[in-house]
Amino acid sequence: MGGMAAPQVAPVETPDTHEVPASDRQWVTIVWDDPVNLMTYVTWVFQKLFGYSRERAEQLMLDVHHKGRAVVSTGARERMEHDASQLHAYGLWATVDRS
Amino acid sequence: MFRRQAGRYVATLAVDEVRVLRKVASEVVGLLTDGFDHSDPVVDRLFPAVYPEDSAGSAEFRRYTEGDLKTAKIDQAGAILAALPDEAGGEVRLDAEAAEAWLRALNDARLAMGVRLEIKDGTDLGEELDDAVAEDASSSRVFQLSVYAYLGYLQESLLNALID
Repeated sequence: MGGMAAPQVAPVETPDTHEVPASDRQWVTIVWDDPVNLMTYVTWVFQKLFGYSRERAEQLMLDVHHKGRAVVSTGARERMEHDASQLHAYGLWATVDRS
Repeated sequence: MFRRQAGRYVATLAVDEVRVLRKVASEVVGLLTDGFDHSDPVVDRLFPAVYPEDSAGSAEFRRYTEGDLKTAKIDQAGAILAALPDEAGGEVRLDAEAAEAWLRALNDARLAMGVRLEIKDGTDLGEELDDAVAEDASSSRVFQLSVYAYLGYLQESLLNALID
Protein backbone atom coordinates (compact mmCIF):
# COMPACT_ATOMS: atom_id res chain seq x y z
CA MET A 1 0.00 0.00 0.00
CA GLY A 2 1.55 3.12 -1.04
CA GLY A 3 1.29 6.47 0.35
CA MET A 4 0.71 7.56 3.76
CA ALA A 5 -2.47 7.13 5.44
CA ALA A 6 -3.99 10.40 6.04
CA PRO A 7 -4.10 11.01 9.70
CA GLN A 8 -7.48 10.20 10.77
CA VAL A 9 -9.29 13.14 12.05
CA ALA A 10 -12.25 12.10 13.93
CA PRO A 11 -15.14 14.37 13.42
CA VAL A 12 -15.47 15.87 16.78
CA GLU A 13 -18.92 16.14 18.06
CA THR A 14 -19.26 19.50 19.53
CA PRO A 15 -21.84 19.71 22.17
CA ASP A 16 -21.35 23.27 23.19
CA THR A 17 -20.72 22.94 26.86
CA HIS A 18 -20.98 26.68 27.22
CA GLU A 19 -24.50 26.78 25.95
CA VAL A 20 -26.71 28.45 28.47
CA PRO A 21 -29.76 26.45 29.48
CA ALA A 22 -32.93 27.84 27.97
CA SER A 23 -34.23 28.87 31.35
CA ASP A 24 -31.20 31.11 32.01
CA ARG A 25 -31.02 32.65 28.58
CA GLN A 26 -31.34 36.40 28.52
CA TRP A 27 -34.68 37.99 27.95
CA VAL A 28 -35.57 41.62 27.50
CA THR A 29 -38.45 43.90 28.37
CA ILE A 30 -39.36 46.25 25.54
CA VAL A 31 -41.38 49.44 25.82
CA TRP A 32 -43.16 50.60 22.66
CA ASP A 33 -44.01 54.10 21.60
CA ASP A 34 -47.60 55.16 22.02
CA PRO A 35 -49.33 58.41 21.17
CA VAL A 36 -50.89 59.06 24.58
CA ASN A 37 -48.28 58.73 27.32
CA LEU A 38 -46.57 61.99 28.24
CA MET A 39 -42.80 62.07 27.77
CA THR A 40 -42.25 63.35 31.30
CA TYR A 41 -44.45 60.57 32.66
CA VAL A 42 -42.57 57.84 30.79
CA THR A 43 -39.24 59.21 32.09
CA TRP A 44 -40.60 59.30 35.61
CA VAL A 45 -41.85 55.69 35.37
CA PHE A 46 -38.40 54.46 34.23
CA GLN A 47 -36.75 56.22 37.16
CA LYS A 48 -39.35 54.98 39.59
CA LEU A 49 -39.44 51.33 38.51
CA PHE A 50 -35.82 50.72 37.60
CA GLY A 51 -34.02 53.28 39.72
CA TYR A 52 -32.41 54.73 36.59
CA SER A 53 -30.84 58.19 36.72
CA ARG A 54 -32.79 61.04 35.20
CA GLU A 55 -30.34 61.07 32.26
CA ARG A 56 -30.62 57.37 31.53
CA ALA A 57 -34.39 57.39 31.93
CA GLU A 58 -34.67 60.36 29.58
CA GLN A 59 -32.45 58.69 26.99
CA LEU A 60 -34.60 55.55 27.10
CA MET A 61 -37.75 57.63 26.79
CA LEU A 62 -36.28 59.39 23.75
CA ASP A 63 -35.32 56.04 22.21
CA VAL A 64 -38.91 54.87 22.66
CA HIS A 65 -40.19 58.09 21.17
CA HIS A 66 -37.85 58.29 18.16
CA LYS A 67 -37.13 54.65 17.39
CA GLY A 68 -40.53 53.32 18.30
CA ARG A 69 -39.22 50.99 21.00
CA ALA A 70 -36.45 50.51 23.54
CA VAL A 71 -35.13 47.70 25.69
CA VAL A 72 -35.61 48.87 29.26
CA SER A 73 -34.41 45.82 31.18
CA THR A 74 -32.57 42.55 30.57
CA GLY A 75 -32.47 39.32 32.56
CA ALA A 76 -34.27 36.08 33.33
CA ARG A 77 -37.66 35.54 31.76
CA GLU A 78 -39.61 35.62 35.02
CA ARG A 79 -37.94 38.86 35.98
CA MET A 80 -38.85 40.42 32.62
CA GLU A 81 -42.45 39.29 32.98
CA HIS A 82 -42.50 40.97 36.37
CA ASP A 83 -41.11 44.19 34.87
CA ALA A 84 -43.65 44.10 32.04
CA SER A 85 -46.54 43.66 34.43
CA GLN A 86 -45.28 46.59 36.53
CA LEU A 87 -45.03 48.72 33.40
CA HIS A 88 -48.59 47.71 32.50
CA ALA A 89 -49.74 48.95 35.91
CA TYR A 90 -48.30 52.34 34.92
CA GLY A 91 -49.97 52.14 31.53
CA LEU A 92 -46.84 51.70 29.44
CA TRP A 93 -47.02 49.33 26.50
CA ALA A 94 -44.46 46.66 27.39
CA THR A 95 -43.67 43.27 25.90
CA VAL A 96 -41.12 40.53 26.64
CA ASP A 97 -38.82 38.91 24.10
CA ARG A 98 -35.61 36.90 23.80
CA SER A 99 -32.59 39.15 23.71
CA MET B 1 -53.52 72.86 38.93
CA PHE B 2 -51.40 70.92 41.40
CA ARG B 3 -48.81 72.53 43.65
CA ARG B 4 -46.72 71.21 46.48
CA GLN B 5 -47.67 72.44 49.91
CA ALA B 6 -46.18 71.14 53.16
CA GLY B 7 -45.48 67.68 51.73
CA ARG B 8 -48.90 67.41 50.12
CA TYR B 9 -49.99 67.85 46.51
CA VAL B 10 -52.82 70.30 46.41
CA ALA B 11 -55.19 71.49 43.70
CA THR B 12 -58.32 73.57 43.84
CA LEU B 13 -60.92 72.10 41.53
CA ALA B 14 -63.96 73.82 40.12
CA VAL B 15 -67.27 72.06 40.20
CA ASP B 16 -66.98 71.03 36.52
CA GLU B 17 -63.56 69.54 37.08
CA VAL B 18 -64.82 67.47 39.99
CA ARG B 19 -67.70 66.20 37.86
CA VAL B 20 -65.45 65.30 34.97
CA LEU B 21 -62.93 63.50 37.16
CA ARG B 22 -65.67 61.58 38.93
CA LYS B 23 -67.13 60.59 35.58
CA VAL B 24 -63.88 59.41 33.98
CA ALA B 25 -62.68 57.54 37.09
CA SER B 26 -66.07 55.82 37.37
CA GLU B 27 -65.92 54.90 33.70
CA VAL B 28 -62.51 53.28 34.18
CA VAL B 29 -63.86 51.27 37.11
CA GLY B 30 -66.85 50.24 34.99
CA LEU B 31 -64.59 49.18 32.17
CA LEU B 32 -62.53 47.02 34.52
CA THR B 33 -65.47 45.37 36.24
CA ASP B 34 -68.81 44.84 34.48
CA GLY B 35 -67.54 45.94 31.09
CA PHE B 36 -64.34 43.87 31.06
CA ASP B 37 -63.94 42.43 27.58
CA HIS B 38 -60.69 41.58 25.84
CA SER B 39 -62.15 42.28 22.43
CA ASP B 40 -62.52 45.94 23.49
CA PRO B 41 -59.45 47.79 22.11
CA VAL B 42 -59.28 49.85 25.32
CA VAL B 43 -58.94 46.71 27.43
CA ASP B 44 -56.39 45.45 24.92
CA ARG B 45 -54.36 48.64 25.42
CA LEU B 46 -54.56 48.57 29.22
CA PHE B 47 -53.69 44.85 29.32
CA PRO B 48 -51.32 44.39 26.38
CA ALA B 49 -50.26 40.95 25.16
CA VAL B 50 -46.83 40.44 26.69
CA TYR B 51 -45.74 38.10 23.86
CA PRO B 52 -47.18 39.67 20.70
CA GLU B 53 -46.34 36.60 18.62
CA ASP B 54 -47.21 33.96 21.15
CA SER B 55 -50.85 34.02 22.11
CA ALA B 56 -50.54 30.93 24.33
CA GLY B 57 -47.64 32.53 26.23
CA SER B 58 -49.57 35.76 26.55
CA ALA B 59 -52.63 33.94 27.84
CA GLU B 60 -50.50 32.10 30.39
CA PHE B 61 -49.01 35.40 31.57
CA ARG B 62 -52.49 36.90 31.85
CA ARG B 63 -53.67 33.96 33.89
CA TYR B 64 -51.09 34.81 36.55
CA THR B 65 -51.01 38.60 36.41
CA GLU B 66 -54.31 39.93 35.17
CA GLY B 67 -56.21 39.67 38.44
CA ASP B 68 -53.63 41.74 40.32
CA LEU B 69 -53.29 44.23 37.51
CA LYS B 70 -57.02 44.72 37.33
CA THR B 71 -57.24 45.20 41.10
CA ALA B 72 -54.39 47.74 40.99
CA LYS B 73 -56.11 49.70 38.24
CA ILE B 74 -59.46 49.68 40.02
CA ASP B 75 -57.74 50.82 43.23
CA GLN B 76 -55.94 53.67 41.53
CA ALA B 77 -59.15 54.91 39.89
CA GLY B 78 -60.70 54.56 43.35
CA ALA B 79 -57.98 56.83 44.74
CA ILE B 80 -59.31 59.60 42.50
CA LEU B 81 -62.89 59.05 43.62
CA ALA B 82 -61.85 58.92 47.28
CA ALA B 83 -59.96 62.21 47.22
CA LEU B 84 -62.44 64.31 45.24
CA PRO B 85 -64.32 67.00 47.12
CA ASP B 86 -68.09 66.86 46.99
CA GLU B 87 -70.02 68.12 44.00
CA ALA B 88 -69.48 71.77 44.91
CA GLY B 89 -65.81 71.69 44.03
CA GLY B 90 -62.95 72.52 46.36
CA GLU B 91 -59.54 71.34 47.37
CA VAL B 92 -57.85 68.03 46.67
CA ARG B 93 -54.96 67.19 49.01
CA LEU B 94 -52.87 64.14 48.20
CA ASP B 95 -50.02 62.48 50.06
CA ALA B 96 -47.21 60.98 47.98
CA GLU B 97 -48.89 57.59 47.70
CA ALA B 98 -52.24 59.02 46.61
CA ALA B 99 -50.47 61.35 44.18
CA GLU B 100 -48.84 58.37 42.46
CA ALA B 101 -52.13 56.51 42.32
CA TRP B 102 -53.69 59.60 40.72
CA LEU B 103 -50.90 59.76 38.14
CA ARG B 104 -51.44 56.15 37.13
CA ALA B 105 -55.22 56.51 37.14
CA LEU B 106 -55.15 59.71 35.08
CA ASN B 107 -52.91 57.88 32.66
CA ASP B 108 -55.34 54.93 32.40
CA ALA B 109 -58.22 57.32 31.74
CA ARG B 110 -56.20 59.12 29.05
CA LEU B 111 -55.23 55.80 27.43
CA ALA B 112 -58.87 54.73 27.34
CA MET B 113 -59.97 58.05 25.85
CA GLY B 114 -57.03 58.10 23.45
CA VAL B 115 -58.12 54.78 21.97
CA ARG B 116 -61.75 55.90 21.63
CA LEU B 117 -60.75 59.26 20.13
CA GLU B 118 -58.24 57.56 17.84
CA ILE B 119 -55.37 59.74 18.98
CA LYS B 120 -52.31 58.95 16.84
CA ASP B 121 -48.67 59.89 16.95
CA GLY B 122 -48.52 63.44 15.72
CA THR B 123 -52.19 64.17 16.42
CA ASP B 124 -52.40 67.90 17.10
CA LEU B 125 -54.97 68.19 19.83
CA GLY B 126 -55.65 71.88 19.15
CA GLU B 127 -56.32 71.22 15.46
CA GLU B 128 -58.41 68.18 16.27
CA LEU B 129 -60.52 70.27 18.63
CA ASP B 130 -60.89 73.14 16.13
CA ASP B 131 -62.08 70.70 13.47
CA ALA B 132 -64.55 69.09 15.84
CA VAL B 133 -65.88 72.50 16.93
CA ALA B 134 -66.25 73.61 13.30
CA GLU B 135 -68.26 70.50 12.58
CA ASP B 136 -70.53 70.65 15.62
CA ALA B 137 -69.57 72.59 18.73
CA SER B 138 -72.06 70.67 20.86
CA SER B 139 -70.89 67.21 19.77
CA SER B 140 -69.70 64.54 22.15
CA ARG B 141 -66.34 64.53 20.35
CA VAL B 142 -65.74 68.17 21.31
CA PHE B 143 -66.50 67.35 24.92
CA GLN B 144 -64.35 64.19 24.91
CA LEU B 145 -61.39 65.96 23.30
CA SER B 146 -61.59 68.76 25.86
CA VAL B 147 -61.68 66.26 28.70
CA TYR B 148 -58.74 64.38 27.20
CA ALA B 149 -56.72 67.61 26.97
CA TYR B 150 -57.70 68.59 30.50
CA LEU B 151 -56.59 65.22 31.93
CA GLY B 152 -53.22 65.68 30.21
CA TYR B 153 -52.74 69.11 31.80
CA LEU B 154 -53.76 67.80 35.19
CA GLN B 155 -51.45 64.79 34.96
CA GLU B 156 -48.54 66.94 33.85
CA SER B 157 -49.09 69.46 36.63
CA LEU B 158 -49.23 66.71 39.26
CA LEU B 159 -46.10 65.13 37.83
CA ASN B 160 -44.26 68.46 37.90
CA ALA B 161 -45.31 69.05 41.50
CA LEU B 162 -44.05 65.56 42.36
CA ILE B 163 -40.70 65.90 40.60
CA ASP B 164 -39.90 69.44 41.79
